[in-house]
Amino acid sequence: MEVRENIISILVNNKPDVLARIAGTFSGRGFNIESISANVMMNPAITKIIITTRGNKQTVTKMEKQLHKLVDVLQVDDLTDVDSACGEMILIRIKLTEENKGKVMKAINTYNWRVVSMDPSSCIVEVTGDKELIDDALALLAPLGMDDFTRTGCIVLKRCKS
Amino acid sequence: MQLTGSQILFKILKEENVDTIFGYPGGSVMDIYDELFRQNIKHILVRHEQGAVHAADGYARVSGKVGVCLVTSGPGATNTVTGLANAYMDSIPLVVFTGQVQTWLIGNDAFQEVDITGITRPCTKHNFLVRRIEDVATTIKEAFRIARSGRPGPVLVDLPKDVIQTRIDEAELKYSISLPDKPVIPNAKRCAKALDLLKKAQKPVIISGGGVLLGRASEELRSFARVLNIPVTSTLMGLGTFPASDPLWLGMLGMHGTYYANMAVSYSDLLIAVGVRFDDRVTSNVEAFAPHAQIIHIDIDPASIDKIVKSHLSIVGDCKPALQWFNKEITSGRLSLPAEQIKSWRQQIRQWKEKFPLAYCRSKKIKPQCVIETLWKITNGEAIITTEVGQNQMWTAQFYRFDRPNTFISSGGLGTMGFGLPAAIGAQVACPGKLVVDIAGDGSIQMNIQELATAVQYNIPVKVVILNNNFLGMVRQWQELFFDKRYSHTDMSHAPDFVKLAEAYGATGFRASAPDEVETVLKKGLHTRGPVMMDFEVEPEECVYPMVKSGDPLTEMSLGDSNIVA
Ligand SMILES: Cc1ncc(C[n+]2csc(CCOP(=O)(O)OP(=O)(O)O)c2C)c(N)n1
Repeated sequence: MEVRENIISILVNNKPDVLARIAGTFSGRGFNIESISANVMMNPAITKIIITTRGNKQTVTKMEKQLHKLVDVLQVDDLTDVDSACGEMILIRIKLTEENKGKVMKAINTYNWRVVSMDPSSCIVEVTGDKELIDDALALLAPLGMDDFTRTGCIVLKRCKS
Repeated sequence: MQLTGSQILFKILKEENVDTIFGYPGGSVMDIYDELFRQNIKHILVRHEQGAVHAADGYARVSGKVGVCLVTSGPGATNTVTGLANAYMDSIPLVVFTGQVQTWLIGNDAFQEVDITGITRPCTKHNFLVRRIEDVATTIKEAFRIARSGRPGPVLVDLPKDVIQTRIDEAELKYSISLPDKPVIPNAKRCAKALDLLKKAQKPVIISGGGVLLGRASEELRSFARVLNIPVTSTLMGLGTFPASDPLWLGMLGMHGTYYANMAVSYSDLLIAVGVRFDDRVTSNVEAFAPHAQIIHIDIDPASIDKIVKSHLSIVGDCKPALQWFNKEITSGRLSLPAEQIKSWRQQIRQWKEKFPLAYCRSKKIKPQCVIETLWKITNGEAIITTEVGQNQMWTAQFYRFDRPNTFISSGGLGTMGFGLPAAIGAQVACPGKLVVDIAGDGSIQMNIQELATAVQYNIPVKVVILNNNFLGMVRQWQELFFDKRYSHTDMSHAPDFVKLAEAYGATGFRASAPDEVETVLKKGLHTRGPVMMDFEVEPEECVYPMVKSGDPLTEMSLGDSNIVA
């Protein structure tokens, strides 16, 4: 069976140890968490966690069943093959010099990236979009004097069936 | 009226009908023990916290109730870890209370502080650290509910010292009375699908597992199998779910299963697996497991379905209502298996049984199998038997014929040496009138031998049968078979004199050195009041057969000399 990236959305009780339980379930069963994001819902007692992990469908299904057994897990959805909106965000810091300044500004303008901070010697660019778009932005800016970056990892939301 | 955390604890324990606690005191639980001094609840003071958890485990298995432990923080708590892991693997309902340092000290590496909820997260069904007095009652209630609901398991509740000491107005004590859990009723449509498979079966076999005991479905299983005339095998954990005296019984399945159980499963065309999780000791080579069979898998835990063996039809739910559903179909005439249809299968099984029955050769030395067989005979198969781990455990599974549920108490999933004696103590506390025997190896018994003091203190009359081979027998067996007899560190001949040791503890000791002493010593031992330890000097290099080498197909059994009929 094909190994691929899977996206799992988990609703949990908002408790201090719940993330440790989920992480422990992944590591204990031999899975690696590729990316993770968590946010408190409108009801602050509940947190949504989005995890991406590599594996084939069968093993990921087993993983989901194990997650389901955790007392503080309320709901597990595998969104890998579900019609959903998916996005990430990256913040990229670039050291500006006389040589690269022109190229950096050109890229920013071409792709319409948002500049969140700018001073004479450096700038921070924000890019949002799907994984490929972010990968492309990284590939483009890395040789242009990229200094550091922070990437959120994937967040997803299922589309409503109308 | 004001109540302290300790008083709330006992209030809830009473509501949960807890009458016995196994425990060991220490600094952080002194307030609880002080309250216990005034409470009317039985407390068994063990000699090691691991013993407390195994005792509670044995108590739970025999009584069907939740086993309860109370230990102190730090080392007291860490000593429970093996017991918790053991109960977790075998799905035994326990609630273990651990003391904890004061909430304001947590995280400061305080004296006897450990992050016990962190340590036990992967080996408990759930655990709690209670930070506020207001949460004590609800949390304990919830702990009991979780421990016994669905697929049962151990729950740990960590109680900081200040939380226990705080007082709260009884009027402020709000918690919901949790309702008894409803059984999970399986989906009738899925059950109906199984009917078609069942009706067509020509070579059906039932595999019964520990889930049948936990789901209290032995009666239903018996009636289902008997009416349809389906042969039954079981996992180690399922022994006792079906009577070994029934002609349909195939004996245990798996690595040390019977020749005929392993053959039957391997040639079956329909396996009905009830409350099993297909452990690798049962399946051996998963690819070669039951290659001709369709598999109907009934289990309470959805995560067990298709985890290891892919089923053709899965039924998620309590096995009791599931089997009741099938039994109803039988009584209403919608389900039957014509005798003609399975006649040749039953004949085949009879032939396998005749070809290689469970057997062993006699010799000048005591044969361990003979000790167990004799024990079975003189107890009429009616004792509650606990075991340690290793050869003693496998021979017990093979040669003591269990007819009743909850009479075989053994560490299945974790294989914990040292389980048997404390578990026997727990079982005896649950059933004071019954004969309880721990069948032990000379290695295992030394892992929790200190609990003999507990047995003597409370006059808990457990009988210990040591199959003393002067080796870590099961490991030695592997060394003999797979490591050219290089007996690396399995020699146990530097052992105490178990008879004297028993006497030193205030128990009674007996020894048998020759085959003709076996019966007399057993009879003497069983009829002696109070705790007794019997030391049987058995054939040192006896092996357990049949044996399927780990990872081989179940059909590739080595039968040793067990085919030589006694
Ligand atoms: C706590 C623990 N440590 C180690 C083992 C590995 N182990 C499995 S069987 C066995 C030998 C048991 O020897 P003994 O109790 O004398 O029983 P016998 O096999 O001789 O009947 C060992 C060391 C284990 N199961 N549990």
